[in-house]
Amino acid sequence: MVEPVNGDEIRKIVLRVLNRVVPESAGEEVDPATPFRDQFEMDSLDFLNFVLAVEKEFGVSVPDAAYPRLGNLDGSVEFIGLLLAKDAG
Amino acid sequence: MHIGRLMISDPRRAERFGKRPAPNLPDYPKARAGFSWHSVRSDLDGLPGGRGLNIAHEAVDRHAVGSGAHRIAIRWLGKGGATRDVSYGQLRELTDRFALALRRLGVGMGDRVFVLSDRIPELYVAALGTLKNRSILCPLFSAYGPDPIRERLTLGRARVLVTTQRLYRRKVKAIRDRLPQLEHVITVGEPDRIGEPAREGDGGETLDFEEALRAPADGFAIEPTDPEDPALLHFTSGTTGAPKGVLHVHEAVLAHYATGKLVLDLRPDDVFWCTADPGWVTGVSYGIISPLTVGCTLIVDQEEFNAERWYGILQDQHVTVWYTAPTAIRMLMRAGEDVAERFDLTGLRFLASVGEPLEASAVRWGERVLGGPFHDTWWQTETGSIMIANFASAGVKPGSMGLPVPGVHATVLTRTEVGMEELRGAGVTGELALRIGWPSMFRAYIDEPERYAERFSGPWYLTGDLARIDEDGYFWFVGRLHDVIKSAGHLIGPIEVEDCLRDHPAVAEVGVIGRPDVVAGQIVKACVVLRPGYEENDALARELLAHARRRLGPVVGPKEIRFWKALPKTPSGKIMRHVLRAAETGSPPGARPSGNDSTHG
Repeated sequence: MVEPVNGDEIRKIVLRVLNRVVPESAGEEVDPATPFRDQFEMDSLDFLNFVLAVEKEFGVSVPDAAYPRLGNLDGSVEFIGLLLAKDAG
Repeated sequence: MHIGRLMISDPRRAERFGKRPAPNLPDYPKARAGFSWHSVRSDLDGLPGGRGLNIAHEAVDRHAVGSGAHRIAIRWLGKGGATRDVSYGQLRELTDRFALALRRLGVGMGDRVFVLSDRIPELYVAALGTLKNRSILCPLFSAYGPDPIRERLTLGRARVLVTTQRLYRRKVKAIRDRLPQLEHVITVGEPDRIGEPAREGDGGETLDFEEALRAPADGFAIEPTDPEDPALLHFTSGTTGAPKGVLHVHEAVLAHYATGKLVLDLRPDDVFWCTADPGWVTGVSYGIISPLTVGCTLIVDQEEFNAERWYGILQDQHVTVWYTAPTAIRMLMRAGEDVAERFDLTGLRFLASVGEPLEASAVRWGERVLGGPFHDTWWQTETGSIMIANFASAGVKPGSMGLPVPGVHATVLTRTEVGMEELRGAGVTGELALRIGWPSMFRAYIDEPERYAERFSGPWYLTGDLARIDEDGYFWFVGRLHDVIKSAGHLIGPIEVEDCLRDHPAVAEVGVIGRPDVVAGQIVKACVVLRPGYEENDALARELLAHARRRLGPVVGPKEIRFWKALPKTPSGKIMRHVLRAAETGSPPGARPSGNDSTHG
């Protein structure tokens, strides 16, 4: 049974994960709708590490085809919410 | 010798490749025996009226005549679904105009024109237009941070920088006053600002790309170009000191053309996709020049790696020849075969890889999942073009570098008291060396003749790589002689990263190494000793990573930090990176890190 997590909590955790992978994002305003890669300098390995860290942090599995949905903050929050809801149901 | 039988064939997929035509190089031993660079020269046009040899003429102008002018040279796939086709005729006109724009600025032969850009059509126009003007093209990787950019612009004595407004604002504007030799910055507008003059808002610091290309180029002709005139300047990282500026000449086009045909098996009707960024040598030699000299259509994708997107491009654009890199292949393997299954990849005829050795399992994965094996290729910035490769006709040995390209003589050497000596006999490991004289051999490390001379011994260019040759003449990569890190195919010098970290007040000592990584080959890891008063913790590790990434960019900047109490050193005080490396790979000889492992990634 996975604890229900609301959008705000997911958002906080995603930002924390992002900060771990792209530490220079600390203290920066993250635009929720703009791709992370357009806001921060991220290479492919950074993005892969971000997805892996999300999987670990939330205990979910992100199918490869869904990686693009984690491309920005809003998309990440929405998609992780869906994954958690599926797990809980 | 039945090397082909070493391959495991999956009948479901093998039929896809069944219909392929005979390779351009049908018989390796024969081709090798009968090869001469002289005959390659006669396949090329040369400038009209016997006025020499210019890369841009061979890549663009000679195809832009008659009905050929309408053929597509570049198919650009932009972010958000935008596409743009540039025909050979249009590319000729645009590059003429860019060359004229440079001429009007007083920029001429031998002047260095740097390009720092996303993968957008303007980058290709600027690159080829620069060559038409006989200026020297110096590509910079757009993911570099301000520090590597400033260092390279300074070392290369840049007179002109072509970039985008966004990259200018983010990475160049703040360092511009420290670049007195940089006279002109030409910027491409943001997609939503095309047509608006770039001068607005930046106080006339930059010239607008579109504006510069407005004047027609009627009657433009490339000035006489000697094959030995300098053409390309690539920066590459070494073990010690500043990055080296590797200089190539227009004659290199012979090797770009020959290897495109003989190794990548390119023909004029091919749709060719080289996934390397033109900020690196592969993205210039094979992402621009080689396929255009053959007359192919290039695919240019502005976006970064994504498995579905990439399979979609292979399918929708009917890519026939694909040149990519081990890191990307490993990411596709991670994504799973079921993703690949959803796409029709039957158009692929030839797959090749470059950047670091491709493991046998990845070669076989290509055959099982994509319908054909990856052909590994080996070369360096200094060699300018592919030197050793697995060929379509000669049989792939999974995990090997392959056989020397026709016209290239490769061997392994050992250092003796009287100099370098060639090793004979199969299976002996030595330093990989190439006999000097191939057309795309680099002609200088700019301003560093001693460093250049050190790379040669008698008739041999010394590659700095260790290899062995098997009984069939195939080369196998063994390792690197020096400490250069290779991450996702990019060479990274540890010094550059160490210097940057040492600038942080918390850092007393630092040693940077490549830690083995399954996806990237190696990742940049910094072993840091803190100054007294600083505490080893995650927050500080993140701050150090952020500090380095901000200045160096994500590719050069470290991905991991580990705190050490002290670093192992030689009596003369040099950090022993091999000890750090050993500690990171599990068998520490003596020295150990200080327990608190604050790694990230």
